[in-house]
Amino acid sequence: MGKRIRVCLKNREKGLWVMKHIAIGILGAATLGLMASAASATTLDTVKAKGFIQCGVSTGLAGFSAPDDKGDWQGIDADFCRAVAAAVFGDGTKVKFTPLSAKERFTALQSGEVDILSRNTTWTINRDTALGLNFVGVTYYDGQGFMINAKKLPGVNSALQLSGAAVCVQSGTTTELNLADYFKANKMEYNPVVFEKLEEVNAAYDAGRCDVYTTDQSGLYGIRLTLASPADHVVLPEIISKEPLGPAVRQGDDQWYHIVKWTYFALLQAEELGITKANVDEMKNSPSPEIKRVLGQEADTKIGTDLGVSNDWVVNIVKAVGNYGELFDRNVGSGSPLKIARGINALWTKGGLQYAPPIR
Amino acid sequence: MASQEVLREAPSRASLINDPKVRSIFYQCLVVALLVSGVWWIVHNTIVNLTNLHIASGFGFLKGRAGFDISDTPIAYTSDSTYGRAIIVGLINTLIVAFVGIITATIIGFVVGIGRLSKNWLIQKICTVYVEVFRNIPPLLVIFFWYSGVLAVLPTPKESIHLPFGSFLNQRGIYFPRAIWGDGSWLILVGLLVGIAMSWFVAQKAKQRQMATGQQFPVFWTSLALIVGLPLLAYVLSGFPVTFDFPKQSTFNLSGGFVVKPEFLSLYLALSFYTAAFISEIVRAGIRGVAKGQSEASAALGLRSGQALRLVVVPQAMRIVIPPLASQYLNLTKNSSLAIAIGYPDLTATTGTVLNQTGQAVECVVIMMVIYLTISILTSLLMNWFNAKMALVER
Repeated sequence: MGKRIRVCLKNREKGLWVMKHIAIGILGAATLGLMASAASATTLDTVKAKGFIQCGVSTGLAGFSAPDDKGDWQGIDADFCRAVAAAVFGDGTKVKFTPLSAKERFTALQSGEVDILSRNTTWTINRDTALGLNFVGVTYYDGQGFMINAKKLPGVNSALQLSGAAVCVQSGTTTELNLADYFKANKMEYNPVVFEKLEEVNAAYDAGRCDVYTTDQSGLYGIRLTLASPADHVVLPEIISKEPLGPAVRQGDDQWYHIVKWTYFALLQAEELGITKANVDEMKNSPSPEIKRVLGQEADTKIGTDLGVSNDWVVNIVKAVGNYGELFDRNVGSGSPLKIARGINALWTKGGLQYAPPIR
Repeated sequence: MASQEVLREAPSRASLINDPKVRSIFYQCLVVALLVSGVWWIVHNTIVNLTNLHIASGFGFLKGRAGFDISDTPIAYTSDSTYGRAIIVGLINTLIVAFVGIITATIIGFVVGIGRLSKNWLIQKICTVYVEVFRNIPPLLVIFFWYSGVLAVLPTPKESIHLPFGSFLNQRGIYFPRAIWGDGSWLILVGLLVGIAMSWFVAQKAKQRQMATGQQFPVFWTSLALIVGLPLLAYVLSGFPVTFDFPKQSTFNLSGGFVVKPEFLSLYLALSFYTAAFISEIVRAGIRGVAKGQSEASAALGLRSGQALRLVVVPQAMRIVIPPLASQYLNLTKNSSLAIAIGYPDLTATTGTVLNQTGQAVECVVIMMVIYLTISILTSLLMNWFNAKMALVER
């Protein structure tokens, strides 16, 4: 099932993906139905047996997961899957990506089509409980915002002036729900213009079908770059929701959950200790007991093997994708076209919210 | 006696395995048993797997608060309504687009089908080109053609095209003035109903008179006068109770009035034009299927070609046309699920959103399948009834 949609969808004929849309629910349901009822092998065993990790990503959101001109997936979410692959196989390239629409993503994870859902997905209680997912952490603290065409709508500088506007939004997202709540709470009217695919929302907004585009602010900055004339568009100051974005795995497999969760913590810990892609080999000989422990250089260490991976897992992760700070800068921060400031995504030591429990 | 009984029983015992009747019952039971156990196995597996994956199941989620808004709401719906109601809104949207689509497709299909048989070279060629173009393009592309190619390139709301009667056309749709029914406007409705009833009565009487005496009566003009005139009379008599809410320019859009959104328009136009191409071929086949002697005979009786078509050929062609026509109606209804590509909130789109917000994949897909199946079966039954009514009555 994974092979079906691995190719970059933008280049495909639209007919195919719509057919897929209609089919995905049915396929998902069928997969749930046809999965062997006997207790199956653990996710780690399955992943090791097939030799790669199947990673569910978006259909193309700059900075998070989008194919570059060579067709390689780039972005925080894509790199996170590479980090997990590095922890498991010692090789960050052993990942295959499955682009998923907002609507398809949970079914794809539930049915086992992907091993990790790393797709700018907001962590909510409903998804953690009723949907049978386990979120491993927050790789990006985001919030929902609004973007308008300032050239067409001069004088609008607050979301509270948007009553009566047509608002473009992607269906099946928390964004859609926050939008309804926000306009209701502020006693404003709006016409929702709802599409299932991000590209369709982008096209409709660019064509002027709606006045306002709403999604997570990071997304708005990314999308703005793809519009016909990015300079005409402004992101309004209001942030109307908390959108903690992070990877999720299926419930019921604690080992796999721990591997993915501690990969995330290892990225943070590496940044905190100043371990980078460039200096990781030198750091192995560091006199600091903490760095030695994290990098698996402690005598008779069992930290990695207890997790189910090799003891040099953190070395592998950092060698593959760098630490969290490098990953952030490269994909959405100063080293990327998006130029998003670290803000609340800085480490806790620098006034941000990113905090990892100790690796010991 | 005894030997006769033995003789009677002996062959039946020997042939129990080879008895075609027993065999056929055995195999039918076997197939049913396999089917039932197969379905049971899938259902059981699904339930077990859902439980193992800690995914909530059951249809209780339908009573939950939806929390999302829908752009086209034919019945009252807000984000406070339930998931169940959101699905119903989607269902009604599907039915609306299917209903108007079927009517338009049938009209275009008949016109083009008859046009293809026209003796006028230009009409015939235009109809042929139309059929070949629309029949050979996937319906999704036709939808995109209308949505991105025609409606999206219309001007922005601020530069709307002015249409007669205070209507506007722009890339956000067609804006009509909305009638506001004041006190006493019920009289207009009464006038309309009385007009329709009287027209029907007149038509019956005129038919009887023509049967009896051969004299004709101008039924069409009388009916038109009744149906238009009576409500108009009621409107004047009740003191002009209807006012209009005209669309006006506001900050973002035109506000007020009645809006037909481009998502609906493009889906409706695409489905109508696409299906009409197939219907026209069915109509052409039906007319061709009527023996040539029939139209020659009616010409010999002195009927004009229009009359011959209407009174002799088409009624006979209908018997050939109706069964495949039913399939086209089913196709149109099912193709309406392509609405998802352009964001028209039909059954597939709203149920899909519900699916994603609740994660109840199996339940939502089952609901969709059951609803589409029900719509299709009802359409089939209706068309079968119509077919039986139109069938040749042997005398």
